[in-house]
Amino acid sequence: MSAYRVLVGCKRVIDYAVKIRVKPDKLGVVTDGVKHSMNPFDEIAIEEAIRLKEKKLASEVIAFSCGPTASQETLRTAMAMGADRAIHVEIDGKEAETIQPIHVAKLLSKVAQEEKIDIIMLGKQAIDDDCNQTAQMTASLLNWPQATFASKIEKDNDSFKVTREIDGGLETIQVKLPVVISADLRLNEPRYATLPNIMKAKKKPLAKKKPSDYGVEIKAHQQVLKVEDPPVRQAGQKLETVEELVGKLKEGGFV
Amino acid sequence: MLASRISGQQASRFFSLLKRHNSTLVIAEHNNEKLTPITLNTVAAAKKLGGDVSCLVVGTQCSKVAEEVSKIEGVNKVLLADNDVFKGFLPEAISPLLVATQNQFKYTHILAGATAFGKNLIPRTAALLDVSPISDIIGVESPDTFIRTIYAGNAIQTVKSNDAVKIVTVRGTAFAPVEATGGSATTEQAPGSDVTNTLSEFVSQELTKSDRPELTGAKTVISGGRGMKNGENFKLLYDLADKMHAAVGASRAAVDAGFVPNDMQVGQTGKIVAPELYIAVGISGAIQHLAGMKDSKIIVAINKDPDAPIFQVADYGLVMDLFKAVPELDSLIK
Repeated sequence: MSAYRVLVGCKRVIDYAVKIRVKPDKLGVVTDGVKHSMNPFDEIAIEEAIRLKEKKLASEVIAFSCGPTASQETLRTAMAMGADRAIHVEIDGKEAETIQPIHVAKLLSKVAQEEKIDIIMLGKQAIDDDCNQTAQMTASLLNWPQATFASKIEKDNDSFKVTREIDGGLETIQVKLPVVISADLRLNEPRYATLPNIMKAKKKPLAKKKPSDYGVEIKAHQQVLKVEDPPVRQAGQKLETVEELVGKLKEGGFV
Repeated sequence: MLASRISGQQASRFFSLLKRHNSTLVIAEHNNEKLTPITLNTVAAAKKLGGDVSCLVVGTQCSKVAEEVSKIEGVNKVLLADNDVFKGFLPEAISPLLVATQNQFKYTHILAGATAFGKNLIPRTAALLDVSPISDIIGVESPDTFIRTIYAGNAIQTVKSNDAVKIVTVRGTAFAPVEATGGSATTEQAPGSDVTNTLSEFVSQELTKSDRPELTGAKTVISGGRGMKNGENFKLLYDLADKMHAAVGASRAAVDAGFVPNDMQVGQTGKIVAPELYIAVGISGAIQHLAGMKDSKIIVAINKDPDAPIFQVADYGLVMDLFKAVPELDSLIK
């Protein structure tokens, strides 16, 4: 049986540890001069793809990103972790503000067909827009099964058994290939890129594309009217003893 | 051009006419036996849109649930799709059903709760209809404009949809539930119930058993973090929770360390709760954890580190070793 070809989506987002600030025009958040890195869930997706390759289940791992030129740094990181090559769909300026999971899903589905992909690995959500949509939409456009919020993946003949994190616990489903899998936090522990691998990644191929190369139109399905700070909580009170706390809980009618 | 000849007044009359014809389909969530409470919150969001509210009950031998749904206040019609193909509620089977239903009834809105079920299903359906879905809304400003959080709850976004049909998941804690009784909806067969699915198969489920209230609906939540040190110590929280009729949650650190199962995680990537009272024990209060609980009415923090960020959102903070504070609290509460 031939080994699988894996496509992994990597999004460049504001680093998870950064305290974000809303722009004065209230149409977005400040991104200039702010530390960015790979979406943490996408690191898990890349790691899983590389592990498939290390188990000789995957023949090639292709990292994909769309967005401004800086997204190429994210792709270099993916290649330093072990991806073989990368595809960057450049989207800048006005279009970059319009882009949503539906557009990314359309691009991913075209790339998957062109590259004869068997498995698309994605993170379950991006920590900036918190949408949690791209994997599901990509699977839908391709009419492939989806295994979302995966915490364990096992090969089972020509299909995969995937354990998913659901609200009440865990569930296991069996999915035929080709498939789209979205990674939950507990799927694995992503590796660090070592310096020699970072150097090697600079020489790996990175194809530069445009949405039009795939016939995808970046149509504005939505318009952001406003971005605001969340309401600030009133400063609380420090208590000295457990008795005081119990008093407060009694006052509130909780005990 | 016809469009240019329509006066502003005519246009506004036209749009108010459209508004009166809003019709919403709510996907009921259930386990074939019982309705999941978030469905009542989702119906509440649907009512804010104005217009008729229909509910789709899809499952295997779920007529009991359809009956329960027909009694929900504000639901006009129940569509029932009962077929073995829906075993495990796989989106590969439900999405085509939803598309068939949409093609027949032309809803202006399709809503589901933002649970693992809704998040899995809704985007798959939206893509089939070439619509960009809106995730996890916390408010409805108008039938095409919704409010949601981004960046782990650190910014609030108001977004207007240009799509003909609005496909939305709803954050349960942001909408007060409608009454489960008082309605008298008619039930009919959903179109397209004869779909097939050869792509995926449900194998098994392993649910965490607990007598405590369900985390996302509980009035009081007590959560433990890395400071609990191990899984056995969570017993301190379970005992206190049982006395206070509370649910027990956890931070990611506590889950990753293996103290408690994943489905107890509160935060950006876990559950979002907004109880009357949230007690954070041994939790530092990382951005990602706050995203899941900062809309709680009263927040209490027990932590021995006075600089822990959790104290910045806590209404009442107790700087004390939790292993001293929790047993003391337990003994003082009857």
